[in-house]
Amino acid sequence: MVEPGKRVGLFVTCLVDFFRPSVGFAAVKLLEDAGCIVEMPRQSCCGQPAYNSGDRRTARAIAEQVVEAFAPYDYVVAPSGSCAGMLKLHYPHLFHGDPNWLPRAEAFADKTFELVSFLVDVLGVAKVDAVCEATVTYHDSCSGLRELGVRVAPRRLLGTIAGVTIKEMRDAEVCCGFGGTFCVKYPDISDAIVGKKTANITASGAEMLVAGDLGCLMNMAGKLQREGSTMEVRHVAEVLAGMTALPPIGVPPPSIAERKP
Amino acid sequence: MSGRDHVLSSIRRSLGVTGREAPRRKAVADRIAGHPRGVVPARGQIAAAERLTLFARMMEAASGSVARIADRADVPVAVAEFLRQHNLPPAIRRGEDARLVSMPWERAGTLEVTTGASDGTQLASVSHASGGVAETGTLILVSGPDNPTTLNFLPDNHIVVLDAKDVAGDYETIWQRLRERFGAGIMPRTVNMITGPSRSADIEQTLILGAHGPRRLHVILVGEAG
Amino acid sequence: MSNATSPQFKDNARAALADPDLQNALKFVELNFASRRREAVDKLPEFDELRDSSRDIKDHTLAHLDLYLEEYEARVNAAGGHVHYATNAEEACRIILDLCRKLGAKTVTKGKSMVGEEIGINDFLEANGVTPVETDLGEYIIQLRHEMPSHIIAPAVHLTKAQVEADFRRVHTQLPRDRNLVDPASLLSEARGVLREKFLAADVGITGANFLVAETGTSIIVTNEGNGDLTQTLPRAHIVLASIEKLVPTLDDLAQLLRVLARSATGQEMSVYTTLSTGPRRPGDPDGPLDYHVVLLDNGRSAMLGGEFQDMLRCIRCGACMNHCPVYHAVGGHAYGWVYPGPMGAVLTPSLIGIDKAGDLPNASTFCGRCEEVCPVRIPLPGMMRSWREREFERHLSPATMRAGLAFWAFFAKRPWLYGLATGLAARALAYLGRTHGRFTWLPLASGWTRRRDLPAPQGATFQAQWKARKAGR
Repeated sequence: MVEPGKRVGLFVTCLVDFFRPSVGFAAVKLLEDAGCIVEMPRQSCCGQPAYNSGDRRTARAIAEQVVEAFAPYDYVVAPSGSCAGMLKLHYPHLFHGDPNWLPRAEAFADKTFELVSFLVDVLGVAKVDAVCEATVTYHDSCSGLRELGVRVAPRRLLGTIAGVTIKEMRDAEVCCGFGGTFCVKYPDISDAIVGKKTANITASGAEMLVAGDLGCLMNMAGKLQREGSTMEVRHVAEVLAGMTALPPIGVPPPSIAERKP
Repeated sequence: MSGRDHVLSSIRRSLGVTGREAPRRKAVADRIAGHPRGVVPARGQIAAAERLTLFARMMEAASGSVARIADRADVPVAVAEFLRQHNLPPAIRRGEDARLVSMPWERAGTLEVTTGASDGTQLASVSHASGGVAETGTLILVSGPDNPTTLNFLPDNHIVVLDAKDVAGDYETIWQRLRERFGAGIMPRTVNMITGPSRSADIEQTLILGAHGPRRLHVILVGEAG
Repeated sequence: MSNATSPQFKDNARAALADPDLQNALKFVELNFASRRREAVDKLPEFDELRDSSRDIKDHTLAHLDLYLEEYEARVNAAGGHVHYATNAEEACRIILDLCRKLGAKTVTKGKSMVGEEIGINDFLEANGVTPVETDLGEYIIQLRHEMPSHIIAPAVHLTKAQVEADFRRVHTQLPRDRNLVDPASLLSEARGVLREKFLAADVGITGANFLVAETGTSIIVTNEGNGDLTQTLPRAHIVLASIEKLVPTLDDLAQLLRVLARSATGQEMSVYTTLSTGPRRPGDPDGPLDYHVVLLDNGRSAMLGGEFQDMLRCIRCGACMNHCPVYHAVGGHAYGWVYPGPMGAVLTPSLIGIDKAGDLPNASTFCGRCEEVCPVRIPLPGMMRSWREREFERHLSPATMRAGLAFWAFFAKRPWLYGLATGLAARALAYLGRTHGRFTWLPLASGWTRRRDLPAPQGATFQAQWKARKAGR
């Protein structure tokens, strides 16, 4: 268990930073509630778009910046299985054979975690205080699941929220078709895959879709909404932090007229 | 340069070796001579009597049928019974396996017994397995005049006699028996490992029995463990 | 190499997505293979250990492949067989044709062989006056349709029952037109009858080999139908066509791999027929071929040894990877354009026909990782697809627009202070544009996304901007 007061560097991720900062603030709240001191060094991206496009040099240059920027912290936490997987598993590959950088990359990888797995497996958080009346279905993002083993932790914490019922969808662990650059390089195939996913989501009978990766969530929300679904789509951090009053993904903030006086 | 020289030198070039390195040659010779066992599932590592039960269960799960009889002298009658059950003409072809030859076929009444390979016109054949593997319900059949290979594949109905004492728990035991019988590094023309009647799922993944090989596989398991 | 349409992957995929028969057929693939594998794996507690053992055996064999080939060859010769080495497809075809001619062969029956597809042996034999007849039911069906297999163990998996019935009626004109072919069993029965004659009449039988065992000079075929056995037992000669990496050292090593093969492929404990063949018939044998020849094919594999893609040579052709791949489930096997589809095809095809001809294959992956998760010999498939992407990037083979977009993004990503500035502006601008609906149904430069999905609008200022403001007490 971690003593209170540990310094956590938040790796907010480029998608959260740009599209949905509330996920970042939810992560901060969860970490602070668990006794961490959260800081956020200037950052851009983990470099995965370059890495998966075969541009190893750019990926490495970005990785050096990230390792450097997060050196002062005891832990590095990211609200994304995909980014955390990049930082934890793939950074050491990028510095393979480099006697200078490899130890630094390995030390960095050792202290890096996906958010929910950090809360449960490292901090020992057993429950959250949020309240939320909703039937929820959870999508297992591929990297979080297969690279980092994140499966039980989010479901366990969601289960401690008063009012939440979890309804598993069929094939929860099958890819949603986002795949980073894949969805723009092969949009038709990506669309076919996400179409199967949204059918499973809808068939689960849940009213809210939750996952740990914003890329997957935006992909699934975008398709659900194009299909006319009213499914609420949220990041697991937001739900655990009790921030479900915010508009879900893809839904606009209420107009002035709609807001309560 | 022959094709052989091309391929071997290309491999050696890629691996950065000459092929004459002593440690490599030793590693290969040792592995072949020692044929180390790998992971052997616990499933088949059970007492002999339990192996028989397991064998039968696995063979039936693969859509084969199994009849247990106490005495090899009862085999011909069991064969005739199987043919009757399935409305088949009382005729079988078998090989020259001494164990089959010495059975009292006259007790099977009108059963017509011919010997030799199959020419595709027989409806039922009888073979004697050289062994069985309980782990997966697999029969081991060895080619030769005793049990011609064509008897395993051409007739619609294949009846296989298996002695209880020959049922092993794993494949490794079978390999060792083959080595002892034929010599190190030597094998007969064919060893068939057969687990059920032939099948195909090539059309809309619908499983159907009786593709090109036998439609029915019937095992007569003789005796008790011992 | 026989007509690869891999360069047209995107077009192939588009056609596949729009093909209702194919989409119907693929539903079965998605439904059945994964669950059957799961059931089989759950019944064997030692399965993961066996995967490790299998991987290690393959690695050891590849590291000593030259020596194991020599041992294997010596044993085949001792058993009265013959080994021929072919450096490429053309040589392999030539060797096989010469053998057929020497034996006076007019018809040749064939067991299923992916290597056979790879070298285009059927077309070559036909062009040279020898008639090949596929005997595996799935291969027979696609031979009637002049198609390539769409899956490495279930070649006709892309077809519906109705399509198969139509083909049988079209080709088997000697049979009564009013016959009932409503259910799959009647189709199988018909194929059995038609092919039985071919089995008995064939002069030469060609099979592939799932494994070759050095200890005894043995070739192994793993089938369910029994066609491979009839192919190799009835004719005067048996020709085995196998690529060099099929080798394993001993029978005990074979047992390790057999334990993971059928379970990974179809969820069976064991395939119905696993046959070990060594040399021609022995004196006194009443059946079996009089001649036994093994044609060992290199065709680019020796070049893979000692390099980044060596691990791909561990593949035992079980098909588990494609059975679990969301991309394969969406487009099927033909979209990949050549012999080997799915994740293993995405890695192997560029090695065999060149990355310039197969560029899309390693790119058409979400890296979901299911393939690697189920591979019985633990091949790091996504990692090797990424290696191909790196090769393409180095050689400037990726599309120029993609490279440019990446370079633009990289410029900012490598300069976090500039990145924060640019994203800060862009996020607020897009948030403003999307404030009414909360999402975009269309956005310039994002049409690939917005054609089929809405794009959620940013909430407002970026996290970094808000965090900075918060820290400054604003």
